Formats: sequence, structure tokens, C-alpha cells
Amino acid sequence: MSRVGLALRAAAFVAAAVVVALAPRFISSYHALEWSQVAIYFVALIGLNVLTGYSGQVSLGHGAFMAIGGYTSAILIAHHHVHDVWTIPLAGLVAGGVGLAFGLPALRLTGLYLALATFAVAVAFPPLVRKFDHFTGGNQGLILNLHTNDWLYYLSWSIAGGALLVGWLVLATPIGRSFRALRDSEVAAVSFGVSPALYKTLAFGISSFFAGVAGSLFAISSAYVNPETFPITLSLFLVVGLAVGGLGSLPGGVVGAILIQFLPTYAQHVSKQAPQVIEGAILVGVMLLLPGGAAGLLRIAANRSVVHSSQQS
Amino acid sequence: MANFWQQVVSGLATGGIYASLALALVIVYRSTGVINFAQGEMATFATFLAWTFVDHGISFWPAFALTLAAAFAGGVALERVVIRPVQGRSVLTAVIVTIGLLILINGATQWIWGGAVRKFPSPFSTRPIHVGSAAFSIQDIGIVGVSVAAVALLTVLFRFTKVGLGLRAAAVNPDESRLVGVPVGWMLALGWGLASALGAVSGMMVAPIVFLDPNMMQGVLLYAFAAAVLGGLSSPVGAVVGGLSLGVFLNLLGTYWSTFSGDMRLVGGLAVILVVLLVRPAGLFGRPAVRRV
Repeated sequence: MSRVGLALRAAAFVAAAVVVALAPRFISSYHALEWSQVAIYFVALIGLNVLTGYSGQVSLGHGAFMAIGGYTSAILIAHHHVHDVWTIPLAGLVAGGVGLAFGLPALRLTGLYLALATFAVAVAFPPLVRKFDHFTGGNQGLILNLHTNDWLYYLSWSIAGGALLVGWLVLATPIGRSFRALRDSEVAAVSFGVSPALYKTLAFGISSFFAGVAGSLFAISSAYVNPETFPITLSLFLVVGLAVGGLGSLPGGVVGAILIQFLPTYAQHVSKQAPQVIEGAILVGVMLLLPGGAAGLLRIAANRSVVHSSQQS
Repeated sequence: MANFWQQVVSGLATGGIYASLALALVIVYRSTGVINFAQGEMATFATFLAWTFVDHGISFWPAFALTLAAAFAGGVALERVVIRPVQGRSVLTAVIVTIGLLILINGATQWIWGGAVRKFPSPFSTRPIHVGSAAFSIQDIGIVGVSVAAVALLTVLFRFTKVGLGLRAAAVNPDESRLVGVPVGWMLALGWGLASALGAVSGMMVAPIVFLDPNMMQGVLLYAFAAAVLGGLSSPVGAVVGGLSLGVFLNLLGTYWSTFSGDMRLVGGLAVILVVLLVRPAGLFGRPAVRRV
């Protein structure tokens, strides 16, 4: 990245951080809770983008990896009385570890098999949770500590900011370059010595780590987990959010996260089932008409204005 | 031992349902290189359509035929409208589009028919037939029969007709098929139509057993994935053998190892997918993927 680009990005990040930090002074406590959920989806979407946008694999089971993180936190808090905040990195590590182990068989073939296997995980996860009700509380779930909405807001957004920085850092290293090389041409990448199995599995592991952190935050902010907390539709809506925000743009995830959080509330005025129909139509429409998502739209607009100003000079 | 054979036959019945949906997935995969994640939801929608026909006083088999025709037309239309534009873009794009269809069709089903669970009429009686000490239900045998008939019809179509030859040619080598005059675009749409009709068969066979509800095919889709992976994702024979053996295997597993009964069968299906990918990624009948660079 050029020095100017880096400076611009840093400035945008600081400006966004200031807005996010000041926002709770101007919104109600209930809205603060809603916006903290946006931050949580944002974290999950950063992870999913590392996998899908940068290494060209798709996961339909990120809701289940969020569930792994959520239950890790819930079990540590409810059974072992660990402080909420300390369970977040642990939840990420557990989900990331499961992701690494799971990516190994699923990524021996093309990315299609990962999509298929992760879909299976998302469908099979709730029965597993019910089966091991000794740890998970079964259908009744586990009840966690209550927190103030402002505390949740600041916690979620600090972690989202950190996640964005970590995501950028990972993608700026040789690891990130290998991800992109594999995405763009596996053959070319292999002939430069990039191991597809290693890096695809690594991408899935990193991505699951983010999902685990998001799931942990989700559990802490709901103060409650049960098998319905992480339904299969969550996994699918994350893919919608990803496509809308833009594949290959980490900050674009904010737009996707806002969609996931607020679309159901607004579309419910039409009908209870309307949100799903609208989400599906949006996903199909975006992929057909606007493959770059919101970030792609911005990029097109930016290019136009650049062309425009260069013509004027 | 009588119980064992009863479980085998009942496993074959559910296996036949998995096999139909797995074969639908394989047909789409072979022709367009895409796994259609909406295949199950398309089947559910078709089954609700069949329920509406029956509800309006049409008897089962005419309603069955009408539903197949509607499902076929719907599959062709979907290919033409939403899959065609992303053909030739990355596989990831096409897969995400089918996920969009999954969400959209599932939502539409709930919107039109509501989320309530309904009873779906069965064309077969559940009366048992006694063979020795074992009792087999007529419904199970009928389901096996319908699934086998659907698969056999498709085999005849693919093997012995000119359209079938065109379908296979378009799947194997689209460019050269186009040169010799095969309408490749329509062949792909036809493939989607056939897959959609086959999925509708599995939907109408499973609905009397599990009751009709908008999410009824989610589990079946998982089993169909497992069956297709077990058989080798590109092999039609593999999908059928994979489906039937998976049905029997899961049924016996649930019978003799109570951990894997009920919903936990889904975990069994997931385990089958992972074990096959670890041990023999090409499946039983698939050729290992070889690519020319």
C-alpha cells in the first residue's frame, strides 16, 4: 500500500473511532445495545471476509463457529466463574482450533467441499448441543451475567476496532499475500511454493477465531445461550452481510453488519416472513448486479471522481 | 434378526429419498460445476405445491404429476434467470447465488403457506406385510419403488435418448458440443429442470414420514450431501448407491447405538462427510480430480 493510502486509511480509522466513541452520548441505551450487536456481526464478517474475500473459500457454518465461541464463554462463565472478558480470547482460540482441525479434511478438495461440510456443521450443531446438556444446559441453555448496555457497546466496539487492525495486519503479511495468490490462481501460487492445504486451512482457522470471538461477545451481550441462539439462518445471513458489504473489503463489513442487525426489524412491518425473502433477494441481486458490494460501489465512485478530476487538470 | 431386516428395508426407504436428492445435486454439479444449496428448499416448495393440489381435491397421483411438471418448469426458469448470468464467473459467485435462493425460497414458502406443520397424504398404506417373523410396511416398499423408478427413468433418458446424449456432451465438453450443434445453454437449463423434478420426488416421499414443514428438507439436504460425497460428487451411480447405503447405515446405527438416534443422526451424516473426505476424498465411484495445468 502506498504511504498516502496508508495515511488516509489511518485517518479514516481514527475518525471512525472518534465517532463510535462519542455516539453513546447521543443515542438511547436501547440503541446502544443494538449498535453493539452491529459491532459483533462486524467482527464475524471480518473473519468471514479473510476466508471468502481473500482466500476464495466460503463457509456456510460460521454461525456454528460463533456458537462454539459462545458456548465456550458461557460454560467458563456459568460453570467455572471466569470473568466474562477473559473468556473472549479463549473462545476465539477454541473456535479457531476447531476450525483448523475441521479445515484439514474439508480443504483437501476444492472450496466447494468446505461450503458443503460447513453447511453440515451448521445443521448438525444444535442436536450436538442438546446431546451434551450436562455442559450446555440443553434446550434450557445457560444464563450469564447482566451488563449495562453502554459497557457492552464499548466492549464490542473496542474489540471490533482491534479485530479490524488484526485483520489488516494479517493480510499485510506474507500469509495474506499467499491467501490472495491462492484465490487468484492456485496453479501460479503453487509454482511459487505456496502450499494450498496449509494456507487454506490457516485461513479457515483464522476466520473461525474471529467467529469465536464474535460468538463469545454475542453470548455475553445476550446474557443467555441456548441452541436457538445460533440458528442456521445466522450462518446464511452472515454470507448475505458479507456480499452486501463487499468481498475483499474489511471495513465494508460494517455495512453488512448494519443490514443483518436492522433489516429484520424494518422488514417485519411488511410481514413476519418478509425479512427472509428480502435477504435472499438482496443476496441474489447483489451477486448478479453488484459483485463488489457496498465497498465496490464506493470504489467505482472513487475511480470516477479520480478520472473526473484528472480530466479537469 | 427380524428386526434387523425391518430396519434394513426402512433404511432403504429413507435411503431412496436421500438418493433422489443426491442425484439431483449430482446432475446440477456435473452440468454446471455448482453445488445447488437451494435444491432442498426447491423440493420443499414443490411439496407444498403438491399439498395445495391435493387440498383442492385432486387425488394423489395426478397431483404428483402436476407437481413434477411445475418443479421442472421452475428449475428451468431459475437456471435461465439467475444462474445463467453468473455462469462463467467464479464458482464462489454461483454458490453464493444458490445460498441466496435457499434463503429466498425458504422465506417464500413460509410467507405463502405459514410455518405450521401439516400432514401430507401418503399414497401408500402403512399396513405391514409379514414375511416370516419380519414386518415390512407397504409405505417403505412403495417409497423404494418410486425412488428406483425415478432413477431408472432418468438413466434411460441419459443413456438411450438423443437429448440424454446432448446432456452428457454439454456436461463433459461444452465448447466442442456447441461446435457440433448441441444447444448447450438449453441443456444446462434442462439439467436444472430434471434435478428440480427429482428433488420434488424426494420431497413428496419424505413429507408423509416427517410431516410437511418449511424446514423439512434441511436435514435431508445434509444427508443428500453425505450421500453424494460418499458416492463421489460427480457420479450418478455413486449418488444412488451412496444414498441407499447411507440410509441403511444410519438406520442401523441409530437402532443399535442409541446415541445416534433421532436428531443425532444428523451428526452421523456430518461424520460420514468428514470421514469420506479424510479417507477417500473422491468418494466410492468418483475419479480423483486430475487437472491439466
